[in-house]
Amino acid sequence: MPEAPYAVQMENIVIRFPGVLANDRVNFTLKQGEIHALLGENGAGKSTLMSALSGLYKPTSGVIRVGGKPVSFNSPKDAIAAGIGMVHQHFMLVPTQTVTENILLGLDTPRFWMNLPEYDRKVVALQDQYGLRVDPTAQIWQLAVGEQQRVEILKTLYRGANVLIFDEPTAVLAPAEIAEFIQTMRSLVAQGKSIIFISHKLHEVEEVADRITVLRKGKVTAEGLPMAGLNRAKLAQLMVGRDVIFAVKKKAQESGNVILEVKNLQASNNKGAPALRGVNLTIRAGEILGIAGVAGNGQSELAECITGLRECESGSVQVDGQELANQPPITAIQSGVSHIPEDRNHVGSAPNLTITDNVIMKHYRAAPIGNGATIDSAQAAIYAQNLKKTYDILAPSVRTQARKLSGGNLQKVILSREITANPRLIVAVQPTRGLDVGAVEAIQEHLLDQRTQGAAILLISEELEELLTLSDRIAVLFDGRVMGVVEGATASVEEIGMMMMGTELTAQKSGNAVSL
Amino acid sequence: MRLPFTLYIEKRTDEVPGWLPAATSVGSVIAALIVSGVVLALIGANPFIVYQFFYKATFGSWAAFSDTIVKATPLIMVGLACAVAFKMKLWNIGAEGQFYLGAFFASLVVLVPIVPPDSPKWLVLTAMVVMGMIGGAIWGFIPGYLKAKFDVNEIISTLMLNYVAILWNNFWIFDRWSDAGFQMTPTFDKTAWLPRLSDYARQYKAFSGITLHLGVIFGLVAAIVVWWVLSRSRWGYEIRLIGDNPNAARYAGLNIARNIVLVMMFSGALAGLAGMAEVSGVVHRLQERISPGYGFTGIIVAWLAKLNPFAVILVSILFGALIVAGREVQPSGISQMIQGFVLFAVISSDVLLRYNVRLIRTAPVEEAA
Repeated sequence: MPEAPYAVQMENIVIRFPGVLANDRVNFTLKQGEIHALLGENGAGKSTLMSALSGLYKPTSGVIRVGGKPVSFNSPKDAIAAGIGMVHQHFMLVPTQTVTENILLGLDTPRFWMNLPEYDRKVVALQDQYGLRVDPTAQIWQLAVGEQQRVEILKTLYRGANVLIFDEPTAVLAPAEIAEFIQTMRSLVAQGKSIIFISHKLHEVEEVADRITVLRKGKVTAEGLPMAGLNRAKLAQLMVGRDVIFAVKKKAQESGNVILEVKNLQASNNKGAPALRGVNLTIRAGEILGIAGVAGNGQSELAECITGLRECESGSVQVDGQELANQPPITAIQSGVSHIPEDRNHVGSAPNLTITDNVIMKHYRAAPIGNGATIDSAQAAIYAQNLKKTYDILAPSVRTQARKLSGGNLQKVILSREITANPRLIVAVQPTRGLDVGAVEAIQEHLLDQRTQGAAILLISEELEELLTLSDRIAVLFDGRVMGVVEGATASVEEIGMMMMGTELTAQKSGNAVSL
Repeated sequence: MRLPFTLYIEKRTDEVPGWLPAATSVGSVIAALIVSGVVLALIGANPFIVYQFFYKATFGSWAAFSDTIVKATPLIMVGLACAVAFKMKLWNIGAEGQFYLGAFFASLVVLVPIVPPDSPKWLVLTAMVVMGMIGGAIWGFIPGYLKAKFDVNEIISTLMLNYVAILWNNFWIFDRWSDAGFQMTPTFDKTAWLPRLSDYARQYKAFSGITLHLGVIFGLVAAIVVWWVLSRSRWGYEIRLIGDNPNAARYAGLNIARNIVLVMMFSGALAGLAGMAEVSGVVHRLQERISPGYGFTGIIVAWLAKLNPFAVILVSILFGALIVAGREVQPSGISQMIQGFVLFAVISSDVLLRYNVRLIRTAPVEEAA
């Protein structure tokens, strides 16, 4: 064996789709036993490159070597046989089957007689080896997201993977689960596995990666640089091709009249359990109110109650004095409430319709796009083209289907639709989740711009840093209650962290809180 | 063994060229005819002679072509009915029942009578058109309302309402309006007949025996209306938006429940119009089994036409021809076999729209320069 043997070498990989050069002579090497971060903006060609490595696409030209030997994968099965396993961002699990059944799915053994208990034991043995704990007899739907991800990892390990590809594994995880996941990666590497780690969260990359490769527009801009000696600013610059301001500039400004007034709001979640237990909030014109909190403490329900998508059990939601609680969504829209929804694929857009059809979603009723009973398609196209230019939406044309856009561009489509109508109130839920640094910056600047123009903004985010940068005030939700409201400029992370764990601000101030 | 070529099938990442869907549909029909030809040859028939005979029976003369169009006429309207509902992902399997109710309501105009028996022809026919569409719309309203209000699965409710509609018709024609004990009403007065080309045989000799009736114009107008609604109107935009993503539609402020009811009524009205045209243009009375399953064939027609209203016309003519051909050859199952192959081929041809299929010369793995 030569010194520092490579687990994977990809040389001069070219992947061409009709009209697009997705990968242009890309070189990528993965050393045995390292964590190699693959970085790049949405649409830079990371997923394509990894699809070639996992057998989904065949490169137009170039060589892939696994353990030094050239390979040619015709299907994912070939890649798995060569010891390459991919953990996708969206899990590929059968919800109504058990953990063990999911792990065995598609394998040749057991053939007919399942004898699950025997395989349960094998799965437990595998879990012991790598410290990945999940009850093998639990059904997938009963598991938390982090546990489901462990099942996906176990699946690849059971198939004998030596190289694991993680596609944005932390995007779906809660903060505590992320810490655990990083531990898992370390223990996998300690046992000789090699990991390719795709992530947009630069601080995670900084923490865990040994080396990095950066792609930009299908080309390599940094090949296998050691992480030591790099910092976040440098990483961002390599990805975007220019310097990125991490903290967008927020101008001080006086806020105006009260726009949104939420009083004693109560509502249930989808399972019928109380999600909001008497929430009181106000937002003034030209003010950003950030909502912090661990996911699932009522944030989604709050946004849905304000926008008319969820029934309120009691209390009131007023925008400019107009009551919106328990009114249909159209009332909120007509009162000037914009909504950037949490789920951009399943709520914010219609995947098979064009960009044009997507941007007119809230504007087709009125002139110039709506024209009596008809829609003026020429006007609609002009409107969409303007937005495409103004918001720098990268797509072949406005007739492109929404589902073909990258996450960042889809979010720009949604944002452009929501803020062109000069909204009174913007309800933005996780507006930058899963986006690359360039897109995050663009979206944040658009929000601040709306603030300057006098919109009231409710910003729900799980990124504390984002909240601290953008918000004038930050309210913390815990178990459906507001634990306290702090000034964005003077707020401390500790203070907010305590409230996120359920200690009220007043209790902290009076000294009842345990010190951190 | 190493073949000189390898077949690659990859998910399509580019836009589908505009001509491709039409090309694959035509190609599938040809493929279906070839496969059916092989089967015909295997059972000892000469497929060329059979197809020649089919052609003669369906397109070979003006009279034959007219027969084909007469069979295609109800399919056009029923196919449009299904296409409208399917566009919103409302699975209306009840066009058959809506067809029967349309026929029943149209017949009421004559049987009650709703307009005086000595009314002019235009009044009688207009009343029948309106009543036929109302009848179908009522039969669409029921499952639509149930779905909008109580989330009742429309596949089940529309399917079951088909049987209710057929039996409802039977009750009236057996029990109330039976013509001398037969399961049919007496023939309607000629004022209730849609004009046929053969009516003008005295002026134009060529029209004698041509049964083509005004209903086909209803079908063509309906296709234009449906096209306009779906691709030009605000309502059509709402239908497409709800069909693609109901969550996004609700988020954008659309009233989904109202649209479910309206689209089901529109769909039902189109199927009801087909029932009216069949009663007034072909059988000239209300009778048992006025539809040999048009409502179900309409589902296939809409699907093969990929919900495109103008393609519905072409597919309906093809299926009309197959119905006529089925009457002309023995065993009549042959034309059903061809229908089956056509459906099979068109559905399989979707692979070409969703994937890039490429034939690539196999080359040894080379070191790139």
